[in-house]
Amino acid sequence: MLLEINPLVLPDIGLVFWNTVAFLVLVIVLGRFAWKPILKAINDREQGIEDALAKADKMKADMAAMQNENEAMLAKAREERSVMIREAKDTADKMVAEAKDKARAEYDRIVAEAQTAITQQKNAALTEVKNQVGSLVVEVAEKVLRRELANKAEQESYIRQLADGVKLN
Amino acid sequence: MAFRSVKSLLVAAFSLFLVLFSVSALANENPQEPAAGAHEAKAFNVTETILDHIKDDHSWHLWGHTSIHLPVILKTDKGWEVFSSGKFMNEHHEQIVYHGNYDYKIIAGKVKVVQADGTVDAVASGRLWDFSITKNVTAVMFSVTVLLLVFLSVARAYRKTGVKSAPKGLQSFMEPIILFVRDEVAKPNIGHKYAKYMPFLLTIFFLILINNFLGLIPFFPGGTNVSGNIAFTMTLAVCVFIVVNLSGNKHYWQHIFWMPGMPVVMKLFLAPIELIGVFTKPVSLMIRLFANITAGHILVLSLICLIFIFKTVVASTIAVPFAVFIGMIELLVAFLQAFIFTMLSAMYIGMAIEEHHHEHEAAHH
Repeated sequence: MLLEINPLVLPDIGLVFWNTVAFLVLVIVLGRFAWKPILKAINDREQGIEDALAKADKMKADMAAMQNENEAMLAKAREERSVMIREAKDTADKMVAEAKDKARAEYDRIVAEAQTAITQQKNAALTEVKNQVGSLVVEVAEKVLRRELANKAEQESYIRQLADGVKLN
Repeated sequence: MAFRSVKSLLVAAFSLFLVLFSVSALANENPQEPAAGAHEAKAFNVTETILDHIKDDHSWHLWGHTSIHLPVILKTDKGWEVFSSGKFMNEHHEQIVYHGNYDYKIIAGKVKVVQADGTVDAVASGRLWDFSITKNVTAVMFSVTVLLLVFLSVARAYRKTGVKSAPKGLQSFMEPIILFVRDEVAKPNIGHKYAKYMPFLLTIFFLILINNFLGLIPFFPGGTNVSGNIAFTMTLAVCVFIVVNLSGNKHYWQHIFWMPGMPVVMKLFLAPIELIGVFTKPVSLMIRLFANITAGHILVLSLICLIFIFKTVVASTIAVPFAVFIGMIELLVAFLQAFIFTMLSAMYIGMAIEEHHHEHEAAHH
C-alpha cells in the first residue's frame, strides 16, 4: 500500500463526496444566478461603451463634414456677393456713361441749333443794315445832288458835313 | 504605500495569531502527556504536530479544550450511523471507544473499527464508508456560503444598478478579478468559445482562492488546509478532466490516438504517450495545488515549531519574522495557485476544442 505511507496523499472518500457536492452546488447556483447575470452585465456595459464611442466618432465625422459644407457654402456666398457687387457697379457705370453721352449729345444739338439761329439772325441783321445803308446812301446822294446844283463850295462842305453825319452805328 | 503597510501589518497580525494558536495548542498537549503514560520520548514530535495541523479532523479545535465536535456519518454494512465526534472523548478529553453498530475509535484522525481488545479490525475498517462532516467539509461549506453570499449580492448589484452606472463596493472589488479571469485566463487560452466555460473557470478560481486565503488565517473559521488537501484538489482535477474530455472535438481525439502528420510507427508509439497525457494533466493539477498549499502550511508551522524545538522564547525573534515573511509569500502563492489552476484548466479546455487545419499546414510545408 504505497498510499498508506503518508495519509496526506490519501484522499478520503467522504471528503471527495462532500467536495463534489459543494463544487456542483457552487457551479450550478453561481453559474445560474451570479456568473451569468454578472458576465452579461459586463458584456452589456462593454458593448454600450463601444457603441457610445463609435457613435461619438461618427458624430465627430458628421460635424467635420457639416463644417466643411458650411465653409464651402460661405465661400460660395462670398464669391456670389462679389460678383453681384461687380455687376451692380458695372451697371451703374454704364448708366452714368450713357447719361453723360446723352447729355453731351443734347448739349451739342442745342449749341448747334443756337449757332444756326445766331447765324441766321446775323445774316438778317446784316441784310437789313445793308438795306438801310443803301437807302441812306441813296438819300444822301439825293440831298447831295440837290445841293450841288446850288453852290459848289457849299456843296463840298455839305458833302463833308453829310459824310461826317453818316455814322455807322 | 499605506495599503502595503496595512497589508504587512495584517500579515504580521495573522502570523502572531498563528503563533498564539500554536502555543495554546501545544500547551494543551503537554498536560495530557503524563496522563497518556510515562512516555519520556514523546517530548515534542515536530512531524506529528505539523501533520496534525495540516490533516483533516473530526472536530474543529478552537482554543484550549474548546473545540467544535462535528458530526460523524458512517455507512456500515449494518446501515447508516450518525453521531457526534464528541462521543469519542470523555470528560477528561481522553480518547475513548464509541459503541455503535461496531466499536469505533479515532486512530490517527480517522474513524476505525476496533475489536474488544482495542486493536484495529482492518477488515471491518476497510468496509467502513466515512461520509463525516469533517473540519475540511465544514470549511468548504463555509467558503461555499461566503462565495454564494458575495457573488449573489454582486449579481444583485448588477441587476439593481443596471449596466449604465459604475460598479460600487463589493461589486467594484470583484469586477476586475472577474475581468482578469475572462481576459487573461479564458479568452487567450480557449478562444472565441470562452463564454461557455466562464462559469466553470470562475467557480474554480474563486473556490480555490477563498480556500487558499482562509487556509492562511490561523484561527476559526480559517486555519483549515482545504486547498492543500488531496481530496479537494482531486475533486477539482476530476471535474476539469471531465469538462476537458467532454468538450474534446474530433481533432483532440485524433491527436491522441492517431497523431496526424507522423509516420505510422510514430503514431503507434505516440498513442499510448498521449493517452497517458490525458490523465497526467489533471493529476498534475491535483498535485501542484495540493503540494504548494501544503508546503506553505508546513513551512510556516516548521518555523513556529523552531521555538518549541529550541525550547526558548528567544527563538521566536528569528522564527516569527520568518513566519511573517513566508506568510506574505503565501499570500502571493494563494493567488498564484488559484490563477495557475484556472489558467491550466483553461489551456486544457482550449487544447481540447481547438480547431486544427492540418491540410493547410501540410500545403505550406
